[in-house]
Amino acid sequence: MTNLSDRQQLSYIASQAADARLNVELETEGMTLNIGPQHPATHGTLRIICRLDGEQVIWAEPSAGYMHRGYEKLTEVRTFPQVTTLVNRIDWLGSFANEVPFILASEKLMGVEAPPRAQVIRTILFELSRIANVSLFLGDLGVQMGAITPVFLAFRDREYVLNLIEGATGGRFHPNFDRIGGLKDDLPKGWIDETRQTMVKLRKFCDIIEDLLFGNEIFQSRMRGIGIIPADVAKDYGLSGANLRASGVDYDLRRDQDIALSYDMADWKVWTHPDGDSFARCWIRLQETRESCKIVEQLLDQIPAGPIMTKVPRIIKVPEGEAWVSTENPLGEMGYYVVSKGDLGPFRVKIRSASFNNISIVPWALKGVYVPDIITILASLYFILGDIDR
Amino acid sequence: MSDATDTDEQPPALPGDGLREGIIDDLRNRIGDAIVDTHITPNDDLWIRVQTDAWRQTAEALKAAGFTFFSFISGLDWMPSPYGKGEDDPTAEPKEPDTEIRQGVTGGDTRFQVFARLVDLDRHVGVTIKADVPDEPFAVESWTTVFAGANWHERECHEMFGIGFNGHPDLRNMYLPTDFEGYPLRKDFPLLARMIKPWPGIVDVEPMPVQDEAPDDAPAVEDGAS
Repeated sequence: MTNLSDRQQLSYIASQAADARLNVELETEGMTLNIGPQHPATHGTLRIICRLDGEQVIWAEPSAGYMHRGYEKLTEVRTFPQVTTLVNRIDWLGSFANEVPFILASEKLMGVEAPPRAQVIRTILFELSRIANVSLFLGDLGVQMGAITPVFLAFRDREYVLNLIEGATGGRFHPNFDRIGGLKDDLPKGWIDETRQTMVKLRKFCDIIEDLLFGNEIFQSRMRGIGIIPADVAKDYGLSGANLRASGVDYDLRRDQDIALSYDMADWKVWTHPDGDSFARCWIRLQETRESCKIVEQLLDQIPAGPIMTKVPRIIKVPEGEAWVSTENPLGEMGYYVVSKGDLGPFRVKIRSASFNNISIVPWALKGVYVPDIITILASLYFILGDIDR
Repeated sequence: MSDATDTDEQPPALPGDGLREGIIDDLRNRIGDAIVDTHITPNDDLWIRVQTDAWRQTAEALKAAGFTFFSFISGLDWMPSPYGKGEDDPTAEPKEPDTEIRQGVTGGDTRFQVFARLVDLDRHVGVTIKADVPDEPFAVESWTTVFAGANWHERECHEMFGIGFNGHPDLRNMYLPTDFEGYPLRKDFPLLARMIKPWPGIVDVEPMPVQDEAPDDAPAVEDGAS
């Protein structure tokens, strides 16, 4: 475990104390607090049941499943190209990013690779979905603590990114743009210039949010030293993305695996934070938005000429085999384990979504915290309901 | 394009197949004959199938070997679906359903398997572990004592496939009502929506009309008319 400040130690001791109290069943007559499934402070229909002792949570359990759509079953009755329509809706804020790992897994099984131009455009759209996703998180962060202004700024600036995604793909939320072997279309005229201008706006947005929120005294006192997750616990629970990096683990699937996306063409940095508290998780996401802008700006200068689609048969049959591909999605590691039996559609698809693991730590993380911290810890863990329930 | 990556730092080395073979040897030293089969896709991925009895022991051994990041646990049902894909042409002759159970990579002897993925964050390499689930007892050991994150994944797997996890603290349903009968992700569980109403996408798989056969006197379709 990393060195803990006094405050972090206190919070850790409190959680241990809560544990002990629970184990010997000495708690005074407690109270059960139910949050959700329709509480405005949660992002959708997650329900959390907490048992309180005074102001302290001694037991908490998220109750997922209010939005389960059975995508793993549905993929078994779809053809490979049809599956992207479904998986788009898993993490609906960064939906293009959901398509990419599935398409990459299918391409791996078929032994085809998208042409370089398609790979670069894929990477740009991937990062744009990350910006669209995380910028909403940054705005929403304020709302969780009663600050209203940031969310308006976030919705305004996210709209620019959504316009770009719509301009390129035709869909604001559900692009359904990625194809096995490439992309559906090339970029429209003028899109590259517009993207460059938007990235300047988004950097400005990041600066404003940093000023408004991250330097704010109230924000800091509600975030620092709260909800500490040590690195070994984070790895045990399979936390990924910014949540893992905020615990000091230097791991990013964009950099640390050999994947058919163009991240190696850009010069960028993987941020980590040693604290592992709520503030660290939010701060990492802020920095990542900036890095995403950097990646997009650099890749815009390097889009190679050439086709956007490689030669694939009109009716796609994927050879028998199994493949696992995961990518660093806005919420964390998202992967697809695709089993094909040589048919038109997959035999089985296991969807590993980031929020499922990220939220499974909640019973651990909420133990011993005070009631107002429940909301900030949940907000900083950042989940999308569709990504938990699939 | 190569000069774009010219930075002071060397990019971290990506894992090679030598490393993957080393992992198998290392695991063999730790758990011995419990390894049933292994498979390496060159420059890509590694599969290890272990004996059912050694399921938890494998997790402990791999965790000690550096695979500290828990990704997921889930199940596989290798029986082909008796209902097909629900996309067959309703007017065509019914096809003989495929009933042969063929396990995938690293083989297997049973209809059901559990599989899981662990990642070594320092060496940037992942491994997929599989194990057969026999009919009696229809269960494997729980990983919750090794990886706390396995808790929810095993609950989900239990709910969807009915596979038991011995030693799991709380195998409640996550998604379905408590009194729900059946295991939705098993292949013999029908997808009712498809049973009731045939998939309209059936239109897509009809042969495209051949352009040449269009009659010359066919009325021209105006642009924009739909």
